[in-house]
Amino acid sequence: MHPAAQGLLTIFLGVGGCIAYFYFSNQFLDKVLFPAKGEHAGRNINRANMVRPWLFLFPAIFALGLYLAYPVFATLWYSLTDRDQGGAFVGLANYRQMFDDPKFWEAVQNNMLWLLVVPAASTAFGLLAAQLTDRIKWGSIAKSLIFMPMAISFVGASVIFKLIYDTRPVGQSQIGVLNAVWLQFDGGVGSFLILRLVPGLLMICAAAAALYVAWGMVQKALVGKGGGLATALRGVGTLLLAGIAFAALALAFGAFTKTYAYGVPQTWLTIPGWNSFFLMIVLIWIQTGFAMVILSAALRGIPEETVEAAIVDGANPFQVFFKIKMPQISGTIVVVWTTITLVVLKVFDIVFAMTNGQWETQVLANYMYDKLFRANDWGLGSASAMIIMLLVSPILIWNVYNARKEMR
Amino acid sequence: MDNIAGSKSSLTWIVHISVALLVALWLFPTVGLLVSSFRTTDQISSSGWWQSLFPTEQNVTLRTTDPDDEGVQTLVDGVYTITGNLFEEAGAEISVWGSSSRAIDAYTVGETADLGDGETITVQANGDYVWTGNEELSGRGQRVFATAKTPPEFTWANYKRVLFSGSSTDSMAKAFFNTLTVTIPATIIPIVIAAFAAYALAWMDFPGRAILIALVVGLLVVPLQLALIPLLRLHLNIGIGKGYLGVWLAHTGFGLPLAIYLLRNYMVGLPRDIIENAKVDGATDFQIFTKIILPLSFPALASFAIFQFLWTWNDLLVAKVFLIDATGQTTVMTNQIVELLGTRGGNWEILATAAFVSIAVPLAVFFAMQKYLVRGLLAGSVK
Repeated sequence: MHPAAQGLLTIFLGVGGCIAYFYFSNQFLDKVLFPAKGEHAGRNINRANMVRPWLFLFPAIFALGLYLAYPVFATLWYSLTDRDQGGAFVGLANYRQMFDDPKFWEAVQNNMLWLLVVPAASTAFGLLAAQLTDRIKWGSIAKSLIFMPMAISFVGASVIFKLIYDTRPVGQSQIGVLNAVWLQFDGGVGSFLILRLVPGLLMICAAAAALYVAWGMVQKALVGKGGGLATALRGVGTLLLAGIAFAALALAFGAFTKTYAYGVPQTWLTIPGWNSFFLMIVLIWIQTGFAMVILSAALRGIPEETVEAAIVDGANPFQVFFKIKMPQISGTIVVVWTTITLVVLKVFDIVFAMTNGQWETQVLANYMYDKLFRANDWGLGSASAMIIMLLVSPILIWNVYNARKEMR
Repeated sequence: MDNIAGSKSSLTWIVHISVALLVALWLFPTVGLLVSSFRTTDQISSSGWWQSLFPTEQNVTLRTTDPDDEGVQTLVDGVYTITGNLFEEAGAEISVWGSSSRAIDAYTVGETADLGDGETITVQANGDYVWTGNEELSGRGQRVFATAKTPPEFTWANYKRVLFSGSSTDSMAKAFFNTLTVTIPATIIPIVIAAFAAYALAWMDFPGRAILIALVVGLLVVPLQLALIPLLRLHLNIGIGKGYLGVWLAHTGFGLPLAIYLLRNYMVGLPRDIIENAKVDGATDFQIFTKIILPLSFPALASFAIFQFLWTWNDLLVAKVFLIDATGQTTVMTNQIVELLGTRGGNWEILATAAFVSIAVPLAVFFAMQKYLVRGLLAGSVK
């Protein structure tokens, strides 16, 4: 049968079957099993109403159980078995093998970088776009254009950005924007300003900001506010921020001392260390629109009086934004951040299409795909899938906790 | 904000400029792809797409008319002569040219090149040439290597090739229909299943409801990577194998948590009075659902439909695992593009066009139904 006809038939059978199931199961319940007449009419109605929710829920529960809940446990089981030995239980051997694989640690390291950079950058750009478009007339058009990449597939976006990163040999005209711009730099004053001074200063500012926040945490921890858990969290946060500050300072030092290959077209996606960032830009480009839409709605929801009161008290626009608006939308920022974090943890298509994990750009999801379908090692693939699940689970628990709190 | 004290700051024009810059930055990549898909191979390789609106200087290889063609040669004063224009379309301007590929800038326009055996050729700036010989000219047309400024030119040829040529490597037509075949059932079926479940979770009282809702919220974030091996094994074991049925089922399963979550949140907000009145009037739950809840929930249904459509259309991983078998007959567009990236990495006219064909449909849906998409996003993540 032609696939299109098969598709139509499936729609018909799927939709018709669902509706028929719901209709006839309800009829059966009301007319045959517990008819609302005779001597037990009242009892029957009550019983029917106890069963009915499960009739409504059954197909969904079945599909959810089979397609999402069961695989979690099945994957856990596969990760403890070896396919070559006929599925024998091998304990943690797959994990041990994975932890010995340098490619795995490369993927973990890259994933951590992605987790730091992409949600932060997308949220920051999204917040910037939301705030800027909030009060201008053509804001909605601007927003819809920034939002547009949301509709573009990761694969499509990869092609778009591959064109930007394209490289031609020396002497031919460059058709990738990045190289065309790169060849404009010649080592003169302009190059010094843009390639050394600006990034260097930005990195120093980032380090200073991280240290400032860390210092605030240390002070609060010294006061001992909020008990042991809060102090421990602050300690971890301080260490993390100190690490970020150190990295930023190292980058700033690099920006001033690195020797640049002026006039030589670069193959951007093969420069280890930097190429991951070029891949991240693709995802940031896509996710900024999402962050902007959500944050823009949150900004709109801020009570006008708070802003007016601040302005009457003499606050400048920056103070209004950072001291009045930001605290009021912090909850939404957390939601946006976690949502993008989830996307990042599962990112596969971009790496698969652009570098396929070569040149030290491997990430966990692509590592998993590699092990599963190219190396055909289901044990190792499942083990790496479980690592992704492990990274997702804090967010899962947090979401469930919030949902339960809301229900009460 | 406009009429309160102090809001009219001098920053306004900076805001306008920054927004314009931001929008330009975000549009730039997509526009690049769009423009590239309308350019020819030569144009793409000789200049960046941002220069496509200006005349470009390229090295081109041109050929005169074949001397063997009927009636092209004339005998003028005892000399065999062929005249004509090297370009198919007017507008190009030659600066230097040559008759051999080793010296493509040997002559300026108007000069006459000696081709040996008494043959000569003269080329003018606009491409007019005069080719003469003492004996009758024969063989193929004379090649001319020229450096020419060609006017900007856009073509539909790439789209024709990608959509209608039927070439097995470049054609997207089949992949397009395959994607469509995957997408439509995978969008519609989860809606039906989820709508009933969402109604039960929103408006029916039964023990365990809160736990079920928490479960749905939890499943919302389970990475689908975990489902790949167990489900593929399941499909192979029960005989579905790799194919459309498998991919429809997989998309249905993976889309359900979001569908139930979105629809339940929306249905809970519907006015209680309507439902209770209907119950008092003797309507059954099934009637309430089909006659009242479903029509009222249209915005939420539309939101989810757009999400699921975009997600299934743009998906690569699920299709690769559950659909595409070794024959490659059921390839979808995203997969086709990844393969083109491998086989035709340098042919940007094909790549750009193929990518744009796959992007065009979601973009159209996006701009047509943006309202519902935004609404769904807000319902799905702002709590």
